[in-house]
Amino acid sequence: MRELILLIVVAVGAVLAFAWSTGVSSEPAEDEVIGPERVEAIARTCAACHGTGGQLQTEIPPLAGNPQAVLEAQLLAFKRDEVPGATVMPRLTRGYEDEELRAVAAYFASLERK
Amino acid sequence: MSNDGKSFIMPGTSITRRQALKRMGLFGFGGLAAASGLPVYAARPPAARVAVVGGGFGGATAAKYLKMLRPDLDVTLVEPARRYYTCPFTNLYLGGLRDFESLGHDYRELGETFGVRVVHERAEDVDVDGRRLKLSGGGELSWDRLVLSPGIDIRWGALEGYDEAAAEKAPHAWKAGPQTHLLRRQLEAMEDGGTFVLVAPENPFRCPPGPYERVSMIAHYLKTHKPRSKVLLLDAKDNFSKQGLFMEGWAEHYGDMIEWVGLSDDGRVIRVDADRLEVETEFGTIHRASLLNVVPPQKAGVIAHRAGVTDDSGWVPVEPETFQSRKVPGVYVIGDATQAAPMPKSGFVANNQGKVAAAAILADLDGREAPRPTWMNTCYSVIAPDWGITVANVYEVTDGELREVPGSGGVSPSGANAEFRRNEARFAEAWYAGITQDVWGSRPTG
Repeated sequence: MRELILLIVVAVGAVLAFAWSTGVSSEPAEDEVIGPERVEAIARTCAACHGTGGQLQTEIPPLAGNPQAVLEAQLLAFKRDEVPGATVMPRLTRGYEDEELRAVAAYFASLERK
Repeated sequence: MSNDGKSFIMPGTSITRRQALKRMGLFGFGGLAAASGLPVYAARPPAARVAVVGGGFGGATAAKYLKMLRPDLDVTLVEPARRYYTCPFTNLYLGGLRDFESLGHDYRELGETFGVRVVHERAEDVDVDGRRLKLSGGGELSWDRLVLSPGIDIRWGALEGYDEAAAEKAPHAWKAGPQTHLLRRQLEAMEDGGTFVLVAPENPFRCPPGPYERVSMIAHYLKTHKPRSKVLLLDAKDNFSKQGLFMEGWAEHYGDMIEWVGLSDDGRVIRVDADRLEVETEFGTIHRASLLNVVPPQKAGVIAHRAGVTDDSGWVPVEPETFQSRKVPGVYVIGDATQAAPMPKSGFVANNQGKVAAAAILADLDGREAPRPTWMNTCYSVIAPDWGITVANVYEVTDGELREVPGSGGVSPSGANAEFRRNEARFAEAWYAGITQDVWGSRPTG
């Protein structure tokens, strides 16, 4: 069941990521393109636990260089309370639009893991 | 983070570190456009000068991110300490869970990797009209934009009987350093069967869950070494951060060792007698302590008052979008010194505010509108080894006001199982490693 959810999330995410990359807003009501400045502003907040650029490996995992689909599925699953035992991530991801989380996933996926 | 001359900054920025240093060589003492009164443009700006006062969570972050985002900027960090000890996790040191040295961080990454000029002096005064900073060494520092991250100062005497001399007998230990060591020594010297009394202040103050984590860690120490002792928490408030979770954890780990007395039950202390280790409450109850720990009323660090950015509250009002002072343009204030409610005065928030201020300063220098800001906070508190709790929030600006993003945030679930609490205690350690890497470039220590 969880695999199925993951698959759906990834598939939907891929479509939306494509839409975003081609400049089509999936939320015209918001009338907001999630530009690089916004994405980087959000990503910088992550560094307070995940290290600068999401590079640090501790009990908290690094973000940089992970597959986009994986990061996206995780962030959205956190936001929807679909990760049993999750601690702070559901509370934090609920502070952002799905589109923002997808864009942040793409951003960290684009970084080289050092 | 490696630094091999490749671009180490965000994608889309093409300046390498080597190029940046080259430019700094050419423009290192720049601010040429500013000095000549010409507007500063984005295309090929001479290095604008940003001075950052205070090398804690806010200031060190602002300095690092300014240089990371704009390597050719001329950034000077003014911080007296060569090694900075964090207030977060001093409670774990007091409880015996951490070595004090593990709380120390230096400025090598800022200087060597990012090219921040670090001046180990005290900022004595600010001339906001002349845009100069007066340093304790006698020199001056000119700036085009100023960032103040001065933390807190104690309002000596605001609580009757509690002055600097009293703090040598009844420590506050609300700044990491000699006061922390003093409290630990007193704890070691305290007799078994004694009473540890903590006096907690009204809001706002540095680290809202701090007093409650403090007594948790003290209780852990006492339970381990002096199990007949008591802990009494006298509070000027009726509610406190993560209250239910603290109460649950205290009952679980310490039975009735910790007694909390809130405002309505005459918990507000109005007078301290440090010589006798006694405190008097609002309605005249005298409590005698074996060890007295006073968390006193606070205000913004002294340099904020010198700069004229504080108001009658003693704290600093800021523009929420940028953390620029509402009173003095060109001066940005971050961290515990600010009025940023509903954000707490926490290291996590100061780190996030440093990044928002850095982005806003760069936009201002470019003549652009500041980017839409976002902030997070997570406050971990450790009640016992393997028993952590959290409050987490996301903040935004709506209609010119700071607020929590609706639907986000909250505290750990009440009644969660031991595994959940153990995970949050482990993540507390990991968070500390993460944020001190992000701020000072420290590497995790065992």
